[in-house]
Amino acid sequence: MSEKKEKTGRVPMPEQDPQVRRRNFQEVPTGYTPAMAQEEAARCVQCKKPGCVEGCPVSVDIPGFINLVNKGDFTAAIRHIWSMNALPAVCGRVCPQEIQCEGKCILNKKGAAVAIGNLERFCADYEREHGTGALPPKAASTGKRIAVVGSGPSGLTVAGDLIQKGHSVTIMEAFHKPGGVLVYGIPEFRLPKAIVAQEVNFLERLGVKVECNAVVGRTVSLDELFEQGYDAIYLGVGAGLPSFMNIPGENLIGILSANEYLTRANLMKAYKFPEVDTPIPLGKNVVVLGAGNVAMDSARTAMRLGADSVRIVYRRSRDEMPARAAEIHHAGEEGIEFMLLTAPTRYLGDQSGRLTGMECLKMELGEPDASGRRRPIPIKGSEFEIQCDLVVVAVGSGANPLLTQSTPDLKLNKWGYIQADLETGKTSKRGVWAGGDIVTGAATVILAMGAGRAAANSIHKYLTWGW
Amino acid sequence: MFKIVRRQEMAKGTVILNEIEAPLIARKAKPGQFVILKANEEGERIPLTMAESDSQKGTITVIYMVVGKSTALFRDLKVGDGYQDVIGPLGRPTHVEKVGHVLCVGGGTGVAVLHPITRAMKEAGNHVTCIIGARNKELLILEEQMKAASHDLRVCTDDGSYGHHGFVTDVVKQVLAQGPVQQAVAIGPVPMMKAVTTITKAANVPTLVSLNPIMIDGTGMCGGCRVTVGGKTKFACVDGPEFDGHQVNFDELNLRLKAYCAEEKNCYEGYCRLGQ
Ligand SMILES: Cc1cc2nc3c(=O)[nH]c(=O)nc-3n(C[C@H](O)[C@H](O)[C@H](O)COP(=O)(O)OP(=O)(O)OC[C@H]3O[C@@H](n4cnc5c(N)ncnc54)[C@H](O)[C@@H]3O)c2cc1C
Ligand code: SF4
Ligand code: FES
Repeated sequence: MSEKKEKTGRVPMPEQDPQVRRRNFQEVPTGYTPAMAQEEAARCVQCKKPGCVEGCPVSVDIPGFINLVNKGDFTAAIRHIWSMNALPAVCGRVCPQEIQCEGKCILNKKGAAVAIGNLERFCADYEREHGTGALPPKAASTGKRIAVVGSGPSGLTVAGDLIQKGHSVTIMEAFHKPGGVLVYGIPEFRLPKAIVAQEVNFLERLGVKVECNAVVGRTVSLDELFEQGYDAIYLGVGAGLPSFMNIPGENLIGILSANEYLTRANLMKAYKFPEVDTPIPLGKNVVVLGAGNVAMDSARTAMRLGADSVRIVYRRSRDEMPARAAEIHHAGEEGIEFMLLTAPTRYLGDQSGRLTGMECLKMELGEPDASGRRRPIPIKGSEFEIQCDLVVVAVGSGANPLLTQSTPDLKLNKWGYIQADLETGKTSKRGVWAGGDIVTGAATVILAMGAGRAAANSIHKYLTWGW
Repeated sequence: MFKIVRRQEMAKGTVILNEIEAPLIARKAKPGQFVILKANEEGERIPLTMAESDSQKGTITVIYMVVGKSTALFRDLKVGDGYQDVIGPLGRPTHVEKVGHVLCVGGGTGVAVLHPITRAMKEAGNHVTCIIGARNKELLILEEQMKAASHDLRVCTDDGSYGHHGFVTDVVKQVLAQGPVQQAVAIGPVPMMKAVTTITKAANVPTLVSLNPIMIDGTGMCGGCRVTVGGKTKFACVDGPEFDGHQVNFDELNLRLKAYCAEEKNCYEGYCRLGQ
């Protein structure tokens, strides 16, 4: 297949046709061929002071690995990336590159940044398909034991780093499958679950123990883990508390949090119902509230489940939408409609408690608010109704109190997130570190991994020299 | 895998007891708490409140009624088979204290959930009156155990095949008329809990109920289990499963339980056809 080059000179990654992919769950971009990767890599001008590296939260040596891709040494390229980033197959697919590495690329001025994310993904995929699967060297055993609570990107990073430093690591995960948001939140068509499973398997081959169905705080407490002989604990439990709108009618049947909707679809594979036993509501006219990645994932999932119409309802304008640029673009191509400057005021239902519609209000943008974005202001008297039989609420998430409530000596901030030193991840409780969404609030995969790496270094120091 | 070490059909083909090896959960479980079970890779996550836990043996016991595909799948598991996943203990334990006279009311498989709570109420020094009911004699469970766990047991069946002919609510009224009750606990089908709490509210007797909405994670991350209590939304899996029965919006709960009725019916019928 010969794809036309984008006007900008960037080698586009082949994708499934929007009309086809909007009804299937296979991955949307299908990946570079080695020739495409080399062609794209050749565009990099190898800046002396590379902006991209500054833009990357974990400082991947981007010109370095791209140079290796350019030379065709993909095996060396992936090793180069690994030294800073343990999950490139994931990050290449889900990082908001346009505001990170690619956002800082000098070629933006001349058309378009080097497709760093695509190249990173290519290297990881190439290694997965062609590599020997050989394990990296492991330091001699230290006899120290670490419990990692939560198996999202931050927990996986900590586990990978510490096992290679010779410690013994056990991951404890509340769900029946490891991966955190990577398995329950982000859909198959954006991040194939086989990739996450392989990353976890890699850690297991290195010797990491993964205990699923372990709800720390209920099944076992932090103090009990110390009693059992763990020397250090890392908390990477994510921001698993769904926010709702708190408007009338919210408990009608047909209104789900994005967490519930996506967990049914992704973790429980409900899109295969009745082949699997977990059902998922099939909306004909679906509304998704919010405009972040979670909202895009929900909307695109609803389309794939056969909806007639899927609308994103968002109270600000297109410029403020927090989702990755690629997701917004893909959603638009797949027929998702955007109802911007619109906010719901109440839900409408029938006698059997099922959702039938929603009343909305038009908004206009006023002065910038605390977040620096222009504040949406309701336009008086602009109420109108829309018909819908499924609403997915994707307006953010908060700190889940399950673990923190059972650990009173863990200091929290006023929103319930764990207070941890930003450099080291140390919490107020001796021997306990935390990082990722449970510290920062819902953020990104790469920030969660960055926090994990910093904490792993700090834990290693502690185990070697003390608190 | 979580192995089934004992299995009993309490009512043939419909009410099943499984005692399951789950030492970590058994060590921590308290009356009123629940577990989530998943039979196999394709299975659904089903919450069931524990009927028993034995920290010595490292086992927990659940009793369930076969109502759909997932519970039918559970029914077909034999001793030696197991559940792929069991998660718990989840939810808040029952608040047990000595208050005087406690009335425990159980309907259907709710009696299984009521049993450890009743026992704990008695052990805490309360005088415990217990009323249990079922549609018919076949479906009545744990009569002997409930007798042992309480001071005074009354039994009813809807069809009169055993004990008092009628609903538990008739007997609740009788008991309340006979003398003061400080605390009631009502666990069973939603209409039963609603009816009992209507009576106890009029009599001003605080009443705990245990709710069983549809759940996924059981840890407060999805909000699928939301119920309205005192006009506020609560997540039953972490804020409950027990709530002040006088504050619960049972009508909403009843409707929400039917969210997947059509889907479940298809799935169950498909499974039953396979079995033929
Ligand atoms: C739908 C969706 C799409 C997203 N898209 C993107 C994207 O495109 N790009 C991007 O960069 N970011 C994206 N994000 C955000 C990103 O996924 C998160 O920032 C990141 O996963 C946070 O990682 P974490 O390790 O802190 O926590 P999580 O990934 O949330 O993992 C936490 C894990 O801990 C487990 N856990 C919680 N409590 C306990 C307990 N008490 N005991 C044991 N285990 C527990 C949870 O079950 C979970 O598995 C998205 C998020 C969602 C929900
Ligand atoms: S990790 Fe993310 S930000 Fe860093 S180079 Fe890769 S894609 Fe860019
Ligand atoms: S079951 Fe998901 S929040 Fe209660």
